[in-house]
Amino acid sequence: MAIMNRMLVGLAAILLLAPVFATAGAPKPTIKIENPGQCIAPVAEMRVNHMEMLKHSRDRTMRQGIRGEKASLNGCIECHASKTTGSVLGKDGFCQECHTYSAVKLDCWDCHQPKAGYKHAEAAGAKP
Amino acid sequence: MKEPQDLIDNKSRRSFVGTAAVAGAGLGALAIAPGLHLIQVSEASTPSQGASSKVRWGMLIDTTKCASDCDACVKACATENGINETLKDARQGSQWIRKIDLKNPKTGQEHSLPMLCQHCEHPPCVDVCPTGASMKRADGIVLVDRHICIGCRYCMLACPYKARSLVHMPLTTQNPEVPRGQGCVESCTFCVQRVDKGLKPACVESCPEGAMLFGDLNDPNSEVAQRIAKEKTTQVRGDLKLNLGVRYQGI
Repeated sequence: MAIMNRMLVGLAAILLLAPVFATAGAPKPTIKIENPGQCIAPVAEMRVNHMEMLKHSRDRTMRQGIRGEKASLNGCIECHASKTTGSVLGKDGFCQECHTYSAVKLDCWDCHQPKAGYKHAEAAGAKP
Repeated sequence: MKEPQDLIDNKSRRSFVGTAAVAGAGLGALAIAPGLHLIQVSEASTPSQGASSKVRWGMLIDTTKCASDCDACVKACATENGINETLKDARQGSQWIRKIDLKNPKTGQEHSLPMLCQHCEHPPCVDVCPTGASMKRADGIVLVDRHICIGCRYCMLACPYKARSLVHMPLTTQNPEVPRGQGCVESCTFCVQRVDKGLKPACVESCPEGAMLFGDLNDPNSEVAQRIAKEKTTQVRGDLKLNLGVRYQGI
């Protein structure tokens, strides 16, 4: 009987704690938009489709030389780069926060410059 | 007691599913009426026409004007394309353009010239690329699509001009208009980001002697086409019949 009681208590404890576990999880990403305003599409659509938008315009730009498409990484960082770090990466970085939360590898910025208005010091000085 | 799934933020989940369904229905914009975003966007930007096959970009380099101690074109290229990484082993450095000094041992005649991607009409690098990353644009500019380059370096072996380099280390100081990164092969792009804006490649603009001439080989009125029509020009390793975009004069 004592064992039964203990089991019941244990079960109750698990049931009571279940919601706590369910809500705990990974902390939600902090989304900080430095230049609030109109994005190129509604937030819900951007969240679902930004990678598709970028992928298609990347192929057109790279292979066909079509410039000035609505979706571009340089366009992203214009609004979304942090004002403190200048980047969309790092802690509180607009891209990295969500990608870390959702465990999706983010390799765009291995090649593309993640800082807004970036100019290499040497390059900026040497320009004629 | 609440079911665990009720505790998930149901509102955002529903809107997510709703949007996904709408987007899946094809032109999702029709249903997302309140934003009318597609119209706004179409007004906001008009993409350019893109590369045309009527154009064949090319270059004429006058080696008689090229001084052996001058590397202005190499420096301008590095500045424009953000090639500024410091490497432990200098042999790993990217060379989009390099200066070469030649000497005929019999006559003693000397030449200096810049060597860069020759932007072949029939590029061997494109032939051998196993992923299709190595490609030629409609206007004749040979490029590497880094999105699908796996860094196998087959193109580097195939190129008769040693024009390609592999990036060996992570980069952080790229020019925003010239993405480049570790594990991808790269080469001269004729400064495609400038050409698409109607500008000349950085090396051509920087040459103090005006030894480099850039233009449309297909346009009989362009200066480069007229010079090639009138004067004797050489294609390096012309025997390979690759029909190069870069021609030399005086070698």
